[in-house]
Amino acid sequence: MNRRVTFLIAALLLAALPYMGVPQYYLHVIILILIWSFIYTAWSLMGRFGLVSLGHGAFLGVGAYAVAMLWNYLALTPWIGIPLALLLSLFLAILIGYPCFKFRITGHYFALVTLALSEVISMLIMALRNSTGGSLGFTPNRFGAGTSIYALQFAQKETFYWIALVVWIAGIWIWKRVDVSMERHALDAISEDEDAAASVGMHVTRQKLRITIISAVMTAFGGILYGQYQMYINPHTLSGVGVSLQIVFAVVAGGMYVAFGPTVGAVITISLAEFLRVLIGTAMVGLDNTIYGLMLILFIIFLPQGILGAIMEKGSRKKALRNLATAVSLNSK
Amino acid sequence: MFDIYLLETIINGLLLGGVLALLALGLNLIFGVIDVVWICYAELVMLGMYTIFFLYSKFGIPLVLACLAGIAVVAVIGYLVHFLIISPLLGTAPINQLLATGGLLFFLQSFITLLFGVEFRNIGLRLPVLEFFGMYISFARLLAFCTAVVGMIALYLFLAKTYMGTAIRAISQDRDVMVLMGVNSRKVYLATSAIGGGLAGLAACLLVLQYDIHPAIGLSFGPITFMICVLGGLGNMIGGFVAAFIFSQVIAVGGFYFELEWGYVVAFAIFIIMMFIRPQGILGRRS
Repeated sequence: MNRRVTFLIAALLLAALPYMGVPQYYLHVIILILIWSFIYTAWSLMGRFGLVSLGHGAFLGVGAYAVAMLWNYLALTPWIGIPLALLLSLFLAILIGYPCFKFRITGHYFALVTLALSEVISMLIMALRNSTGGSLGFTPNRFGAGTSIYALQFAQKETFYWIALVVWIAGIWIWKRVDVSMERHALDAISEDEDAAASVGMHVTRQKLRITIISAVMTAFGGILYGQYQMYINPHTLSGVGVSLQIVFAVVAGGMYVAFGPTVGAVITISLAEFLRVLIGTAMVGLDNTIYGLMLILFIIFLPQGILGAIMEKGSRKKALRNLATAVSLNSK
Repeated sequence: MFDIYLLETIINGLLLGGVLALLALGLNLIFGVIDVVWICYAELVMLGMYTIFFLYSKFGIPLVLACLAGIAVVAVIGYLVHFLIISPLLGTAPINQLLATGGLLFFLQSFITLLFGVEFRNIGLRLPVLEFFGMYISFARLLAFCTAVVGMIALYLFLAKTYMGTAIRAISQDRDVMVLMGVNSRKVYLATSAIGGGLAGLAACLLVLQYDIHPAIGLSFGPITFMICVLGGLGNMIGGFVAAFIFSQVIAVGGFYFELEWGYVVAFAIFIIMMFIRPQGILGRRS
């Protein structure tokens, strides 16, 4: 009950944030953090079960480009475009996931196959430059004055903040649902030993494919949201190896085994990038990624459970010790 | 109908295949022996290219010496990659090692951007274009192909004839038993990493003749190298060799009929189909 109240208060505080006189720039950064947190959370759904995908950039790109292109060329409202784009990413997830899981492509192989996927989607966007704009990027057409529910375009940052907030909360909710489900135990078992899991009657391919589809569709939705918010997409930020690795990095930094780990990762990486940009300007291009890269290496060597993961582990150990102490003192009475 | 331009494209594709095969060879060697994928492999090539560029263009050192220095520098970096990053992670989940080298990719790429900026550089050396029967073949590519083949033969001889080479092959066959036989696996791993780095350096020498140098050049060779290795079967050197030529032909011919990006897209479609038919790689055995 107590937890519920805390969550409710936290949610109300978050919802009221735009009324607290937060400057537009900070609101923008917060929206970015929320959108990327959702995407990172989607990735961690797979990552925590040892399905390390370096291809999530592909799903971002497919989602964002499908919606924007349907809107510009066929004047199809995102209300129809988004389900179509999600369907497309689902199809892509099955296309890549099914052979991988069927033929037991795991670990390194899986990472490399998905890496190839993300690279090819960005190549495809480049190759279709006559309709996608290639590396120059793509801008969805503005509808009327800029705010329209029909076109899902909102000129007001506040509106987007609430949308992003709801999506982010939904992402955390899905993560929690997966965390308490039976499938989670199945997937844990599969990531430990596929043969053993299969021998006790688990459908290895089906289980893995299901979590991959959930993760891919969520990622595509995150990409769509990003596109609708920024009103500009390009293959370098939404597909390819760079963004795929950036996703992995943020999740590893935050912690992929805890619900808010990817969010913490997003807060750290995005605020670091923005902070460096404000502080140093564009004079030192690449400084943020230099620091990320170094941090990623150090994190994996010294803190593989991530920042939040490490904090919570420490907390739970303390709690366990306290419980043990009370149990011992009760026994001795 | 005989098309001379198509033949020219095929020959150029063959020559490109030599360099790709060399890249795949280094990656396969490291994977086969240490069971680690260096995601940053193409970035090591980039470092080699910058080393050669600065030694040759800025300090006026003769190109051959600069290339040898480039190979040495990348070999040392390969050694350090294992020493500093991989060896602390050897006991952990394999995917951690892959991600750590992913971090190194990020780091190298942006650190070089930070140091040298994003502009394109080249060593400003114009090599002649050879003409055979009306076809134009770049001398740089021919040289690259020949060097790649010589490099591969040298590696084969090293692995087959020397004591260290035998130890490397033995450890790639059974990692645990060889330690019991008294092989110092750490030493073998470090030697392998240095050789893998050296191969990346050799690839850098060949690429520096043909391409402009910029911090993101690794991204244009990295993914294709990984696809080749997976298609050939990770760790399978002969498979990687064959796959390199298949891929370079697909890219060259696809690029001839459509655009270069389409060559890559077609290559990937073949890759996906191959994953369905032979997931263990074209020459792999089912484990």
